[in-house]
Amino acid sequence: MALRELSSLEKYLGLKKPNKYSTQGDKKIPVLQNNNGPPLVGLVTIACHLVKEAKRPELLGDSAESRAVVQQWLEFRVTRLDSYSKEDIKTILKDLNAYLQDKVYMAGNQFTLADTLIYYGIHPLIVDLAIQEKEQYVNVTRWFNHIQHYPGIRHHLPPVVVLRNRIYTSRHH
Amino acid sequence: VMDTRTRRTSSNSTVKVSRQSRSGINGQMKLFVSEGNPHCLKVLAAVEVTGVHCEAQYVSHEEKVVPFLSRPALPALLLPNGQHLFSSNAICRYMFEVSGVESTELCNQWLEWEATDLQPALLQALHMTVLQGKGSEVSKVIQGPLNYLVQSLSKINTPYLTGEAVSVADVVLWAALYPILLDSGRFDVGDLWFDRVNGMHACQTAAQKVLQGKGHECMKSYMQRQPAPQISQCRDMQPSNSTPAEADEGERLVSEEEIEAAALTWNKGLSPQATERKHPILPQEGKRNILLTSALPYVNNVPHLGNIIGCVLSADVFSRYGRLRGWNLLFVCGTDEYGTATENKAREEGLTPQQICDKYHAVHSSIYKWFQIDFDFFGRTTTEKQTEIAQDIFWRLHKNDFLVEDTVEQLCCENCKRFLADRFVEGICPHCSYPEARGDQCDKCGRLINAVELKARQVMELIPVVILLHNSLFPFGLESQLEQWLDKSTSGGDWTPNAKQITRSWLRDGLKPRCITRDLHWGTPVPHPDFKEKVFYVWFDAPIGYLSITANYTDKWEKWWKNPQQVELYNFMAKDNVPFHSVVFPCSLLGAQDNYTLVNHLVATEYLNYEDTKFSKSRGVGVFGDMAKDTGIPSDVWRFYLLYVRPEGQDSAFSWADMAMKNNSELLNNLGNFINRAGMFVMKFFEGCVPVMDLQHEDKRLLALVGWELQQYIQLMDKVKIRDALKHILNISRHGNQYIQVNEPWKKIKGGDTERQRAGTVTGVSVNIACLLSVMLLPYMPTVSQTIRDQLNAPQSCINTMLQGTGTFVCALSAGHRVGTVSPLFQKLEADQIEALKKKFGGQQKTAQNAASAQPVTVPVPAAAEVTTVNGVDSEKAKQLTQAVAEQGDKVRALKAQKAEKAVITAEVAKLLDLKKQLAVAEGKSPEPAPQKSKKK
Repeated sequence: MALRELSSLEKYLGLKKPNKYSTQGDKKIPVLQNNNGPPLVGLVTIACHLVKEAKRPELLGDSAESRAVVQQWLEFRVTRLDSYSKEDIKTILKDLNAYLQDKVYMAGNQFTLADTLIYYGIHPLIVDLAIQEKEQYVNVTRWFNHIQHYPGIRHHLPPVVVLRNRIYTSRHH
Repeated sequence: VMDTRTRRTSSNSTVKVSRQSRSGINGQMKLFVSEGNPHCLKVLAAVEVTGVHCEAQYVSHEEKVVPFLSRPALPALLLPNGQHLFSSNAICRYMFEVSGVESTELCNQWLEWEATDLQPALLQALHMTVLQGKGSEVSKVIQGPLNYLVQSLSKINTPYLTGEAVSVADVVLWAALYPILLDSGRFDVGDLWFDRVNGMHACQTAAQKVLQGKGHECMKSYMQRQPAPQISQCRDMQPSNSTPAEADEGERLVSEEEIEAAALTWNKGLSPQATERKHPILPQEGKRNILLTSALPYVNNVPHLGNIIGCVLSADVFSRYGRLRGWNLLFVCGTDEYGTATENKAREEGLTPQQICDKYHAVHSSIYKWFQIDFDFFGRTTTEKQTEIAQDIFWRLHKNDFLVEDTVEQLCCENCKRFLADRFVEGICPHCSYPEARGDQCDKCGRLINAVELKARQVMELIPVVILLHNSLFPFGLESQLEQWLDKSTSGGDWTPNAKQITRSWLRDGLKPRCITRDLHWGTPVPHPDFKEKVFYVWFDAPIGYLSITANYTDKWEKWWKNPQQVELYNFMAKDNVPFHSVVFPCSLLGAQDNYTLVNHLVATEYLNYEDTKFSKSRGVGVFGDMAKDTGIPSDVWRFYLLYVRPEGQDSAFSWADMAMKNNSELLNNLGNFINRAGMFVMKFFEGCVPVMDLQHEDKRLLALVGWELQQYIQLMDKVKIRDALKHILNISRHGNQYIQVNEPWKKIKGGDTERQRAGTVTGVSVNIACLLSVMLLPYMPTVSQTIRDQLNAPQSCINTMLQGTGTFVCALSAGHRVGTVSPLFQKLEADQIEALKKKFGGQQKTAQNAASAQPVTVPVPAAAEVTTVNGVDSEKAKQLTQAVAEQGDKVRALKAQKAEKAVITAEVAKLLDLKKQLAVAEGKSPEPAPQKSKKK
């Protein structure tokens, strides 16, 4: 999974030469053999490396504050979205929904790597949502739909349908 | 005492927080920490080490500082811009950055490792130490990550983790480990490094602040408030609902037993060929007798792809599969033809209702034929058998006292004294307030409605409407029988979750009597003398169509329909049809008390959307059955893609780009590539004869892998998980491609004897897998399936061998077997081709069909034009329409001159615009986006 994400990210970043990755351990943590030094290990670490390689530092945030926010959500991605229990799913969606209430992107008004990786990570959760649940987490859904249509992001993932009109105006069932 | 103090502090700090967040925007930051919280150690140490000026406020563990998190999360940092950080690592990193030290890639990597690997182990270890007193056992938990750390430390020759100076990685890792290493230096954590960081004054200060020198005791109250750490399920292990082939990336481990078993099966012979289907198919003693229906499509519409995947295609795949499994199976369907909508359509087209039905029945038949829907019988509801059986059921209900007489209000056209079709009335649902509910059923909450109950009613045709009382009959008093039967059927059979849920919610709302008659002409007449001139309402009548259609297929229809002991009934439908099959129709049959066969397995799909929107006839959005063949994309590819995105368990979407992608990646590059390569090797390297196979361990292992996928396929298909089963077919060809890739028969064929023999084995095994694939594909892609067997010249008996029992992958093409001519199975769908199709069906185009259906009753239009001229020019129709436009124009001008009522003029203008639109279509122009048609009265 992580490897597909990285290759999608490479495509988005327009990196010409695709990197070769391997994985380590039961959790299949990605490893990038780095020519100039020891291998890089971990999805976030490698993703940040790719962003730098592509000379797109703004994707990591353009101020110390937004860089911190981006890093926080990248950590969220690998700590909360890679393994979770059923109960966690509700908390994750509820919290993200509250967080995104007044935001366009994960780090506020600017598209960053956090949007990409959270999108990849949360995709399996969103795929499993019923329409009613999608409407319950309307901010997450709005953000998700925005990101999946963001040019060059979706790649390896199937699109998730988001209806334009709300169906469940009140909770009747 | 302690409690009170905490509470007071807590309320105080709430005030402070809100004031702070305001001042925070002005550029200050503020750190929130709690005593005895080990995570706070990191951030306080970072503050001390970097010397960043930052006010730290101590709050209780329960304090909700971060507004968007549902659980309290400490430490938290309020940033100068008003945002909150709740990750201790992100906070530490920020402190370092503010002090001028940016995090390096190596730092990143340590922080990520700390968060994903070390932290879960440490939390569990702390839980054991602090709360369970099992400090001596923690080594088991943390040994793994600690070893990794120690190893890494042994490889570096700098004093700190990432270089000569202390970095955020050192601080974070030290702080993470400190609480667990507190009591003893029990663990060897690269002593030098840990001691070096531990010895820093800044770290000791932070430790003192958080733990107050009290050690583990101090962390107790924090730890008690944390949820017990659990080994949370890894995503890879969860049953995934993602599309086929997206899941299961990992290699499955195969046991030696499985490998041996697979090799044994491989050598079993083929079963004798199955006997041809002989009509009429009737239940047989000792067989699994399956009666399979697909929801009856309403005759006056051309079905769209969503209709097709929802009922007939899904039912077709399952029935083809069932026949392969050797079940004795009958698949019936037909068009549902009675009702007001047909009457109106007939009036529109200047035909009789019967003529309309004949015409559209043929349209339906030809569409299903193109999609290769293999009905045993495709009938219709307007037959004598329908009258006979419906009236019989009616009399039985009547005799058994399950009918009451009552009156119901109904909308009626004042001018022509016709009742309106409920479907033509739109308004606000009285139950869920959905604004576009129809007069028969709310499409959102699924409840049945009487048209008069709708709020803010609008009638789709501009006719004056009155409400008349209507004498009617209602079935009632069947609740307990129904519930008893439902309990049994839903627990014993394969009902999709949505079917169970919709049925439950209907029962919860209570069963109300529902009107079963209507004052129409085009319907099955009610035989009771008091109700002459009335016909049965479509929901009473239509499901009886299953019985009458079977009766038209065979005189012995009762062997299927009055034989619940021997027959299992499967109903396929989209979810909006569930209540009629799970509640309404079973009530009729139960009340008739004639030993009817009731549904055992109710299979309902969710909805298929078109791109990001819904299929809509009125807006001309989507692909309709009759247009699919004009795309030039083969029927089998349509079937494959529709089944690949079958709305199984959740709504899904048809997308052109996705269809092209799935065709190119799955069919062309995976499945087609494998089958073609296997066949080509036989032709090119072995003169068209399957070579001798000398199975090595590796080959047997592949047989076991393939056999496992086959088993999964059968298990899923038996449960009607059609989309999920498809994934396993694609997995097999993936295994096959990999097998060929690794063994490189095209190289080995040029080598010595042993190598040539190896090439032979690999080729032989591969071509046999291709043969298995052809069988598994049969339900999904019947033509491709047959083509593969033709190309391989495979014996027909392989079809009924492979799917026996839990799956039987035998060597169907043994050494010496001569294959036919192998050629590519699939074609690439090019981007420009797909773009063009997407545009064509995108919804801007108003087809002649929908323009006609919105058209006022008064203008006759030749019927045949509708289906044949979608985008072409139709001069005959154009001529007629030009005339109609001219006449309607005159009429409007005349009305305006007479100063007629505004509503009347508006209505006539709407008609005029409509006609102009139709004219544009007939002339082959794209009609301009017309102003919103006024539906209001």
